[in-house]
This record gives sequence, structure tokens and C-alpha cells, in this order.
Amino acid sequence: MASTDSTAEHSAPGRVKAIAQSRAIWPLLALALILIVAGFISPNFYEIRIVEGRLFGNLIDILYRAVPTALVALGMAVVIGTRGIDLSVGSIIAIVGAVIVWRIKMGDPHVTILFTALAAGILCGMWNGFLVAALGIQPIIATLILMVSGRGIGMLINLLYGGTDPSFESAFLQGLSTGSIWLIPTRLVLAAGIFLALWLLIRRTALGLFVESVGGNAAASNLAGVNARVIVFVAYVLCGLLSAWAGIIMTADTHTSDPVSVALYIELDAILAVVIGGGSLAGGRIYLGMTVIGALVIQALTTATLISGLPPEYNLIIKALVVLSVLFLQSANARNAIRGLVSRKPS
Amino acid sequence: MNKKYLPLAATIAVFVALFVTGGAMYNNFLSTLVLGNILADNAFIIIAAIGATFVILSGGIDLSIGSMIGLVGVCMAVLDRMGWHPLAAAALMICFGILYGALQGFIIDFCDIQPFIVTLAGLFLLRGLCFMVTLESVPIRHDFVDLYASAKIPLPGRGVLRSSAIVMLASLALAIFIAHFTRFGNSVYAIGGDKESARLMGVNIRRTTVGIYAIGGFYSALAGVVYALYTSSGYPLAGSTLELSAIAAVVLGGTLLTGGVGMVAGTLFGGMILGLISTLIIFHGSLNSAWILISSGVLLFAFIVLHRFLVSSFDLRGTS
Repeated sequence: MASTDSTAEHSAPGRVKAIAQSRAIWPLLALALILIVAGFISPNFYEIRIVEGRLFGNLIDILYRAVPTALVALGMAVVIGTRGIDLSVGSIIAIVGAVIVWRIKMGDPHVTILFTALAAGILCGMWNGFLVAALGIQPIIATLILMVSGRGIGMLINLLYGGTDPSFESAFLQGLSTGSIWLIPTRLVLAAGIFLALWLLIRRTALGLFVESVGGNAAASNLAGVNARVIVFVAYVLCGLLSAWAGIIMTADTHTSDPVSVALYIELDAILAVVIGGGSLAGGRIYLGMTVIGALVIQALTTATLISGLPPEYNLIIKALVVLSVLFLQSANARNAIRGLVSRKPS
Repeated sequence: MNKKYLPLAATIAVFVALFVTGGAMYNNFLSTLVLGNILADNAFIIIAAIGATFVILSGGIDLSIGSMIGLVGVCMAVLDRMGWHPLAAAALMICFGILYGALQGFIIDFCDIQPFIVTLAGLFLLRGLCFMVTLESVPIRHDFVDLYASAKIPLPGRGVLRSSAIVMLASLALAIFIAHFTRFGNSVYAIGGDKESARLMGVNIRRTTVGIYAIGGFYSALAGVVYALYTSSGYPLAGSTLELSAIAAVVLGGTLLTGGVGMVAGTLFGGMILGLISTLIIFHGSLNSAWILISSGVLLFAFIVLHRFLVSSFDLRGTS
């Protein structure tokens, strides 16, 4: 067996092995597997219809619902690339939601409110970036502060206008979230634009390289002339901005601000999406495309559980098991153990 | 004074300062009655935080605490309906907690996956199990619950030490013994300080990691038992986001999230500070619950900056 290994590199089994060893294959396989299983459960799973000038269907629904998590996860991917983490994204969404409703009650033009909301997210990101980059606080604690107090801040903002009725109507903001351009849901078009812009920023400028070098070894990249503090700061601001966009979509979708329970656990889903996409919490790598795949895996799992007729309670358990299996397959130690078990048969 | 006690001293000072401030603002605040109530009301958070202290001292994190508390509660309630004695149900659930924690520790070390992600999967898995056990709040009606609620030791003044507080103090004593008087405790600090050095020094990393998360599971399950007996019911959403309060209590108690520095005793005061803040805000009456969240955040911020100052001025992580 061992003698064939060296010559097998260019043969077909060698290529299979190379694909199996690339981290990208597991999340894609997981996504494909979930969609195939869902197709078996529900025969018209792949059906896409046009209703009232918009595409409808389970596949569209998965994309549609995955948008907020995917946006947050993209910001998280950049932060994790710097060897950081941002626990406060759910709280940022709560604050953004409260700011939107507050400004609407104050009678601001709705286009201005869009920018106010984004500014609120940037401000939150700057706070996190300041704590991590300037004060040198460990990211997990630094962002824990805003995570704990952010929902309280959202509740206080709601009190600014009395807080009696946090619901609102806004054709402009709701159009951004639930409307459609030609046949495609607007939020998908905008999310694709944001993804492209972020991809250009990370992969076609030096920023991505700097982020990965800072995450890989902050001291070394500092010596190489990269201002690590500025890079880290920018990463948290980007994450705040992307979370704010997710907050706008979620708030416009529900027509209300609910700081206590909006986007609960979204930070966990976002981190999960990054990790499923092959990003390591140890930093140094950004996989934007795979992060989106990670977010789609999570949403496809949720949708598949729902249409399978299983009680929604099972969703959490299935999610946990899928996550553990994907991570298990990515772990070299576990793969070796499985290989050991398989190849122990007499040869 | 040994410099390793500085963060603990700072925590105790803040606790005393907050307590005295409360006394200056409200009559009857500065009493053993209020103190006893804070101890009993926050016993489950402090017990969970004690377990989290071991995990955090080793440089890890445990996000599955809140879900474990919820699961233990619903299982105890359902077992009670099936006629089990609450103590038997508690023993079973504590065994489950230890085993589940040990499994988490094994996965973390064997697969070399970050503790954050493994325990996050634990958070989802255990909460999902809660929903599978029951979707509604189930009361625990056994006579033992009444006995548990009425048992108390009188303190000087009008205060009393309730059963929850007694269980908490006993589990704290056990934790202090494990952390400071056993070889295992030394290994926990060694791994948290520098895992590679600990390995070279001959610390069995796998056995210690499994042990650390088993202790974490034991304390979360015990916290769940105390919470279930205290509220005499099981509710599948109980304990949501409680892992955050537990981590906050550990940080306020002077333990560094980077691992290797901190004391179990500090966690008691960290948890008491959190309890004191809510008590103060409840005493005030007119303040919104938003202020509990915001003042916890502000206090966390103050402590973290203080720790950074202490660490950089006194080199806590270096040669201590």
C-alpha cells in the first residue's frame, strides 16, 4: 500500500485524495447533502415559482433568510482573520433597530435614517476597535462589554420617544429588505453587491493581506511595517458596518424594534458560519466565499428541518450534530483515527 | 501583600463599596437580610461561575452552561412527575453533567477544535434536548422541595442562610480545595499559563483537559439542580444567556480570560457584585431593567481596564 503513495499523486485516486484534503470540500459537501436529503423529503423542494413579480421557492427562501447571518458572518470573518472575535454583533443589530425606530418617530427623512443607522453600526465597531486595538484588551472580553450592555442601550433608545409603540411603516426601508428588483429579492441583490465590494476590498487591495498577516503574527507584521493597530481597528469597524446592514434588513422585515430578543445568538451562528467555511479562530485566514457557504449550510439545515415536518425543536440538535461532524472531518487527528480504523483490515 | 491577590482585593473592595453605597442610599440595605438574599438569589449563577473559573483558568471557555442548567431543570421536573425523588434525579443529572463535560473536554483536546466552538455546539445540543423533553413549564411538587425551601441557618441580625446559599458555599470550598491544594489544580494553572510548557513539564494535557470540562459540567449541572429546586419547576428556556453572566462573574472576580491568572474565591465576589447591582436597581424601584445590563457592562469595562493596568504594572502573568 505504502509504495503506491508516491506515484499516485497525479493519478485519479491522488486527485481524489487532494480534493478530500482541501478544507473547502467539506462545507460544500455538507450543503449538497442537506439539499439532496431535503429533496428526498419534499419532492417539490427545488421548485421555483414566480408570485407577484418575485421568485418564490425553498432554494430562494434559503438564500433570502441567510442574508442577515451571512452579512454578519462576513464581518466576523474579517475580525476572526485578525485573530479577534466580535461577540457584540447581536447587540449592534439591537442598537441599530432602536436607532431606526427612534429617528422615524422623530420624523427624519428615511434616506437619512439609513445613513444614521449605518453610522450607529460604525460607531459600535469603533468602540470595539478602540478597546481591542488601542487599549489592547483581549477581543472576546472587549466585545463582551458591548454584548452585555448593547441590548440595554437599545432599550434606553426606545425610551427616548416614550417606547410605547416601537412599530413603524417605511416603504423605503422595507423595500430594501422585503422588496424585489425585477424577479430577485432586493436584499439578495444588495447582499451580492456588498459581497463583491468586500471581496474587492479584501482581495484586490492590500487590506486582506495585511489583515491575514496581523492575524498570523501581529508582532512580525508590525516589524514588516504594517500598522497592526489600524488594521485591527478597521476590521472591527467593517464588522460593525456589516452588522448594521443586517440590522436594517431585520428591523425593516419585522417593522419593529425589539432590543431584548432581536438577533439573539446571531453572533454564534456567524462564528459558526466562519468556522464551517474553514476559518480558524486562531486567525490569519479570511475565506469570504466559504463563509457565505457556511451561512447557507446553517440556513439550509434550518429550512430542511422545518419542511421535513420534524418539530422545530430538533433544529438545534441537528445543527449541533452537523457542526460537530463538519469540524470532526476537518480535524487531522480525527481523520487519522478514522483512517486507522479503516485500514486496520488485513491487507 | 502578594501581588497575585491584587485583583481579588480590587474585587472585594468594589463589592464593599457598592454595598456601603447601597447602605447610604437606602435604610435597611446594609443588613445580613439583604446579604443572605443576594447569596441565595444568585447561588446558581455563582455555582455555574465556579465551574467556569476552572475552564477559564485553563485558557478555555464553556458556553454550554446556560443550556445545561435548562436541561437539568426540565429533566428533574419530568423525573419528579414520574415519581423520582428529587435527590435521585439530581444525582443522575449531575452524573450526566460530568460525563457531558468530559466528552466536551475530550473532543476539544482530541480533535484540537477551539473550546468556543465545541461548547457552542453543546449550547445548541443541550437546549435542543430541553425542547425535546418538554415544551412547557413543569412544576416540581415533591415534599422535599418544601423542605429545601424552608431549611435555613439564622445569621446575626435578621438574615438567614438559605439552602441554596449553603450548597453554593460548600461547592466553593470544594473548588478552592481542588484549585489550590491538589496536583490537578496546579496542572490547570500550568495549562492556562502556557500549554506547551505545561506539556514539557509532564502535565498530561488530555487527562487534565477532560477533567477541567468535567468539573465545568459538574458545576453547571449542580447549578441547574439548585435553580430547579429554588424555582421548584423546570422550564425549557431557563438559563438562556446565563453563560454570559457566569463569564462576567468570573471576569469581575479577577480571573483573566487569557488563562493562568485568577482565584476561585474571586468568582464568589464577582457573582455577588452582579447580584448587588440588580438588588440596588430593584431597591431604586423607578429604574428600568435596561440599567442592569448597562451598569454590568460599565463595571465589566472598568474591571477589564483595571486588570490591564494591574497586569502591566505588576507583571502578573510573567514571573509570579
